[in-house]
Amino acid sequence: MTTISIDRASRWFGNVVAVNDVSMTIAPGVTGLLGPNGAGKSTLIHMMSGFLPPSSGSVVLDGVPIWKNQQAYRQIGLVPEREAMYDFLTGWEFVLANAELHGLSDPGEAAKRALATVEMEYAQDRQVSTYSKGMKQRVKMASALVHDPAVLLLDEPFNGMDPRQRMHLMELLRRFGAEGRTVLFSSHILEEVEQLARHIEVVVAGRHAASGDFRKIRRLMTDRPHRYTVRSSDDRALAAALIADGSTAGIELDYKERALQIQAIDFYRFTELVPRVAKEAGIRLLTVSPADESLESVFSYLVAAK
Amino acid sequence: MNVTVARLTMRGLLGRRRGLLLLALPLLLIVLSVVIRVVAGQDENTAAGILGGLGLGTMVPLVGLIAGTGAIGPEIDDGSIIYLLAKPQPRWKIIVSKLVVAIGCSVVFAALPTYIAGLILFGTFENLTLGYTIAALIAGIAYSALFLLFGVISRHAVVWGLMYALLWETIVGTYVPGAQTLSVHQWALSVGQKIADPGVISSSVHLPTAIPLLLVATVGGAWLAAARLSRLTLAGEE
Repeated sequence: MTTISIDRASRWFGNVVAVNDVSMTIAPGVTGLLGPNGAGKSTLIHMMSGFLPPSSGSVVLDGVPIWKNQQAYRQIGLVPEREAMYDFLTGWEFVLANAELHGLSDPGEAAKRALATVEMEYAQDRQVSTYSKGMKQRVKMASALVHDPAVLLLDEPFNGMDPRQRMHLMELLRRFGAEGRTVLFSSHILEEVEQLARHIEVVVAGRHAASGDFRKIRRLMTDRPHRYTVRSSDDRALAAALIADGSTAGIELDYKERALQIQAIDFYRFTELVPRVAKEAGIRLLTVSPADESLESVFSYLVAAK
Repeated sequence: MNVTVARLTMRGLLGRRRGLLLLALPLLLIVLSVVIRVVAGQDENTAAGILGGLGLGTMVPLVGLIAGTGAIGPEIDDGSIIYLLAKPQPRWKIIVSKLVVAIGCSVVFAALPTYIAGLILFGTFENLTLGYTIAALIAGIAYSALFLLFGVISRHAVVWGLMYALLWETIVGTYVPGAQTLSVHQWALSVGQKIADPGVISSSVHLPTAIPLLLVATVGGAWLAAARLSRLTLAGEE
């Protein structure tokens, strides 16, 4: 059982705060680190992988600080986000070199096993520079798995993968989680994280915004006030009928857009209410669209609600 | 010393355009030496001018610069160094391995060609060739360590290296004699002076000054590079 504990860690670069007073524990199983781009996910992963010291607070692996502790790499496998690796090597040479650098007793066998795990044997004798993005990602995975680590850290591993590769990697990570390894991956896509992670940690603008299983996170995301833009054959009559129900908090007649701007506070009831009310009043709905579904606004709501 | 690190470094250094550049410089020196020997015959002043000016003064620092910065700079630049660092290995081993490769390059692409050029130009008379070869060897070692350090510290290592080798050692050294005390070139020359027959090679630095300074530059450079590498951070791209 290997656990990474982050305790009140902050990290700033000059006067830019990238990570702000974050505490979380990454336990065995698959954990998703969710947040919009620039939220501090990479900074957190760099701290967990010993490539950045926290400016304050601590980041430890089973109680031992990770920064400047090269022995920690016996337990950590890291899949960095950047694509650069030793492009002039073949996939086999690259993974073998990683096994040798770990000082394994049988690096050849370990490299073989790791390449088999990611199903890359078929291309192992080609130069890395000829690989597609998904293939590079898998070879990076193999290099991180070569020493059979208890902890696997992956920075945006699904970026640039096609759906089939994505499914394959998800299966792989699920399996590692089930084997009792501590797997942490970052992503800015909720659906991706939901499909895979048992546990989700949400970071927004350097802060720890939420933590829990995917149901809890999903509920947090849907329970927030939603804004809708609605156009109909009779906006004023529709507004009057909708505001009578408790699921709406405010309605504005937007003359310029010739539409209603509605703030709903009970998502499920509201989605059921609109078509029913319109039908009863004989109003025709022309447009019903969520107004601020950008991920950033969803996340910033989470921060404000915490 | 880690064989895997050394092997990766060597392939990175020799595999790309850098390898051609490393080969072109000594070839130029040798071809030029043949031409001069054929046209001008055997002449001490010409030989000393070519070996000292073109060889030790230009080729050795350039090869040291390409090998020293190229042994680590590109990997830090593109982030692939992470695969060497995320391993249970002390960081100084990585530096030592890379330094050995850079020094090896200096021997093969700078010291050895100096020797060959010297034989062509002046044979073994007055130990001139041996003196310049040993000087090239020693300068190559010191430059490798120094420029490896530059490669770890700065993304503009090549620029800094050129400024040091060309501006400081050559131009500043010409007008400000004191600057020559801090010059790998002069330190190496003072060793060469000792080896060649008296009066053949001259240096502005005395040997008892040069030896400790060479040691400080080489060992200190490697030590600082290792210290810096063990604190290397990866800033987020965000």
